[in-house]
Amino acid sequence: MQCQNCKNQTATIHLTEITNGNRTETHLCQTCAQKQGLAVQTQIPLNELLSTLLSAQPEATGEDSTPQEEKACPRCGMTLRRFSKETLLGCPQDYEVFEKNLLPLIQRTHNGNTEHCGKTPSSVGPEQDKQIQLAALRRQLDVALRNEQYETAARLRDQIRNLQ
Amino acid sequence: MNPADLSSQPSPWINQPGPDFEIVISSRVRLARNLEGYEFKPCLSAQRQNEILEILTPALLSLDQKLYYIDVDKIAAVERELLAERYLISPAHVRGKGPRGVAIAEEENFSAMINEEDHLRMQAYAPGLQLKACLDRVNQIDDQIEKKVRFAFHPRFGYLTACPTNLGTGIRVSVMLHLPGLKMTGQIDKFFAAARDCNLAVRGAFGEGSETVGDFYQLSNQVTLGVAEAEVVSNFTEKIVPKIVEYERAARQTLIEQSPYVVDDKIQRALGVLRNARLISSQEALVLLSQVRLGVHIGRIFEIQVSKINNLFFHLQPAHLQMRAGKSLDPDQRDSFRAQVIRKALSPN
Ligand SMILES: [Zn+2]
Ligand SMILES: [Zn+2]
Repeated sequence: MQCQNCKNQTATIHLTEITNGNRTETHLCQTCAQKQGLAVQTQIPLNELLSTLLSAQPEATGEDSTPQEEKACPRCGMTLRRFSKETLLGCPQDYEVFEKNLLPLIQRTHNGNTEHCGKTPSSVGPEQDKQIQLAALRRQLDVALRNEQYETAARLRDQIRNLQ
Repeated sequence: MNPADLSSQPSPWINQPGPDFEIVISSRVRLARNLEGYEFKPCLSAQRQNEILEILTPALLSLDQKLYYIDVDKIAAVERELLAERYLISPAHVRGKGPRGVAIAEEENFSAMINEEDHLRMQAYAPGLQLKACLDRVNQIDDQIEKKVRFAFHPRFGYLTACPTNLGTGIRVSVMLHLPGLKMTGQIDKFFAAARDCNLAVRGAFGEGSETVGDFYQLSNQVTLGVAEAEVVSNFTEKIVPKIVEYERAARQTLIEQSPYVVDDKIQRALGVLRNARLISSQEALVLLSQVRLGVHIGRIFEIQVSKINNLFFHLQPAHLQMRAGKSLDPDQRDSFRAQVIRKALSPN
């Protein structure tokens, strides 16, 4: 079915509205429905990102001739091919097994960030926790300097110095 | 706790007034966690799922606050739907397979799903704009659970989640917004654009997929890595939401000043239909309830309390209707019973 508004795209949003007793049906494409506030853009199109995950990989080097997409996690058996279809990983270790492949995806879904900042479990030792907090403070300092918030920057610098 | 007992009552927390609740219906904060040494959902056998239940259930039931446990795998399909309509479990948990459960606070403002997409997903709710309170609650519960179990954590990537989109803090902060003013004044696309600029996702609060019904929207963060939990929350409570509230208030004011009769007509007709309809779909009901809710807040309808409207958001949904009727209803019977429930709730006397 064609979009009623632009008469170009396929209608994917079908609405029934009842105004003053009259029932009207509206068939719109995603773009037109969004413009009229009848539909919303849902999240980051993860599937699109995932489809590029496999195509944009550099050649495997050395004697390891297994194609990237067939490389499997030794622990759970997850492959990149399967991940790109199901969007879920198989075990915590996958983040290390597929780190190179996942990094660009992680960066794009998290606004360029690649380092955790925030809560750490109590099982994490004090030294590691310190490193995590320092990374976070440095990142905040960058933002403050970029926005010319010098008071905040000074406060953050003090915090970093005290932690080190 | 028996799901059937819930169907005739509103969710206890939704009716307490909260800050800006004429625009911000509710706040939610969710944390995602996985156990160290266990596979994620796609690679988990039923046996391993049971082991996870055996680890997490006692940890949840021995908190300093009382929770009730429901075996989601064992209850009837309609009961699962009922829990989802009350936001106690997610649609994914309804559709899920194998051993899985949920622990629920009596006031229904906290729930913890076990074996959903992640091993543990804890969420706290509050009426109005109260994200800080929600964060404090889940965070404090997370602390208690962490004393008993080890969560999968990576020094660089933080808390590890089945989907990389939840990586890091595992936090999802969201508010349910009612924005009829922006919609009627043709400014809703500005709200969408602003959300996009801030890396936030907008979804219809009701309905499936990307469709929105009745000017109710859910706004949530997408970035979970590299931003501390408190920062995500303060972004919402200090920057984004106050701006939206301000725009929506201004839009409502514009409507009252520039086209009072049109607005009044819309609101009163909506109330008229809701009070008299004999058959009504949930979609039509939500559209009309949105207008009535606006009418109450801009002082055009005096005799109806907002709590009645908020309650109807739950009670007009399919599982609530069927549990209340005590039998399964086909769509026509549902439309008829829904109309009856709404008439009763909104009747003038
Ligand atoms: Zn179109
Ligand atoms: Zn694995």
